[in-house]
Amino acid sequence: MPFMEFVNFYLMPGIVLGSIYALGAVGITLVFGILRFAHLAHGDLATLGAFAALGVVTIFGVSPWVALPVAMVVCAFMAIGIDKLFYDYLSERPKIIVVMSSLGIALMLRAVVQVVWGVDTETYTRGIVRPDDYWGIRIRDREIYTIIAMFVIVGVLWAFLQKTKWGKAMRAMSDNPDLALLSGVDNRKITMLTWGIVGILCAASGFFLGINTELKPLMGWTMLLPMFAAAILGGVGRVEGAVIGGLIVGIAEETSVLFIPGEYKAAMAFAILLLILLVRPTGLLKGKVL
Amino acid sequence: MTSQAIAEQPMSKNSVQQKYSGKPILTMTGVRGGYGDADILQGVDMQVTEQEIVVIVGPNGAGKSTAMKAIFGLLKVRGGSIVVNGTDIAGWKPNRIVQHGVCYVPQVNNIFREMTIHENLEMGAFLRKGDISESLERVYTLFPDLKERRSALAGNLSGGQRQMVAMGRALMLNPSLLLLDEPTAGLSPKYMEQIFEITRNLRDAGLSILLVEQHAKQALAFADKGYVLAAGSNRHEGTGQELLADREVAEMFLGG
Ligand SMILES: Nc1ncnc2c1ncn2[C@@H]1O[C@H](COP(=O)(O)OP(=O)(O)OP(=O)(O)O)[C@@H](O)[C@H]1O
Ligand SMILES: [Mg+2]
Repeated sequence: MPFMEFVNFYLMPGIVLGSIYALGAVGITLVFGILRFAHLAHGDLATLGAFAALGVVTIFGVSPWVALPVAMVVCAFMAIGIDKLFYDYLSERPKIIVVMSSLGIALMLRAVVQVVWGVDTETYTRGIVRPDDYWGIRIRDREIYTIIAMFVIVGVLWAFLQKTKWGKAMRAMSDNPDLALLSGVDNRKITMLTWGIVGILCAASGFFLGINTELKPLMGWTMLLPMFAAAILGGVGRVEGAVIGGLIVGIAEETSVLFIPGEYKAAMAFAILLLILLVRPTGLLKGKVL
Repeated sequence: MTSQAIAEQPMSKNSVQQKYSGKPILTMTGVRGGYGDADILQGVDMQVTEQEIVVIVGPNGAGKSTAMKAIFGLLKVRGGSIVVNGTDIAGWKPNRIVQHGVCYVPQVNNIFREMTIHENLEMGAFLRKGDISESLERVYTLFPDLKERRSALAGNLSGGQRQMVAMGRALMLNPSLLLLDEPTAGLSPKYMEQIFEITRNLRDAGLSILLVEQHAKQALAFADKGYVLAAGSNRHEGTGQELLADREVAEMFLGG
């Protein structure tokens, strides 16, 4: 197979898909690191974000790119609200109960999407977009924007965590929660801040999956396993790790069809997850032990 | 203090308070409590007055760390009072206690391992609004080793340096009372002496310090006052010299 064919039909789609996974995996790793549980409603929150953007597009007739920030705000408040109503209420209980409740939230969010938007497949814009050719690399504008947006969003988050007072407090809470409390950090505020950020990331991953493929009520749920695989592959609690993990899982899924039948594409994430847990449970960058 | 205020000081008989008439910073009276339903502390009394080092010694599991956690609201306090700077702080949240001028260096897990030395110190000043450069400079002067390695991850430091980071973090809020839980555990004699030296300097600069120590002899030698805790209650108390001279204390708790 010629090299450019590999790049155009396997590598580039893999990087695009990987960027979408990365956005979700960063959120999963933050919840894991700071709130210490596996957030199973992550994918369905992404679905809600994608459909919220669709709602803005259909009601106001604006471009999907204008709808994205609105969807981010909607998801941020949704995540904070869910935490206030459910997760915070259960915060003194064993973590497994919180994990199970997040599964319930996932089903509730999906039901909301199905009631409001129906069960049919939707798109932001109609018509087929042909990829442009850049020095032999064939790629669509929206694919370029997806990759750039992922790096910009994660870059801003990274700078926030490294440079600002509240970002450092989030890292402190992830590093040593007891000592963070002793230093006067209010864990309620950190929790709300974390959920706000997680909502924004979810909306972005759902939106970019929607704009590159289609919107379906199950779109987020099917991303859940690859996103978890990416977060664990990168090292739990490690933002940079989640990006690397997301890109690896995305590329692995898209290139897997060269070796195995396409129906098994989704199994790649599972295989990677299993492998990393067996070989290096702390992930590529040393993360927390699960 | 006016002469009238001195006259109004309670003159209780069997209390160490009598011997040290400085302004009380911390007064624990009959503190009971534990982690679950059982009481680990069976009524602990302790007092730290202004600008003194008070050392708590006692066997493993005596409840020394538990007494410190009780001050910081980290366990269920079921009885007694904990008064700091004239206010009963029992039941307060840690962030409020910190703002009230009490800082605490736990026995274990007392640093942010994945953050740099500098960030650890910044976290110590989390509750401060304005400029913290003066406090940073003060801590770096106290611990010159830390200044050199300020961008190193705290988790990569030696045991002694980690302990310095932990103390530095607690000092960033300029507390009036510092709780140190075994700051020299597992350290070489050189580091132990250095930590003790810094502790004495801090006291001389006006800080009150409550110190739990396994190196009981060395610590009591410079303590203004000491308490021997056993099985969750007070066993002995006195000046450092008195406890060192006490035969029973020496035999039972100081290894003869
Ligand atoms: N988090 C906890 N939950 C339940 N019990 C605890 C906890 N921490 C300590 N204990 C128990 O409380 C008692 C007192 O422990 P504490 O840590 O206060 O002792 P200590 O005097 O500090 O001992 P050491 O010198 O070993 O540090 C012990 O019996 C211990 O088993
Ligand atoms: Mg202890």
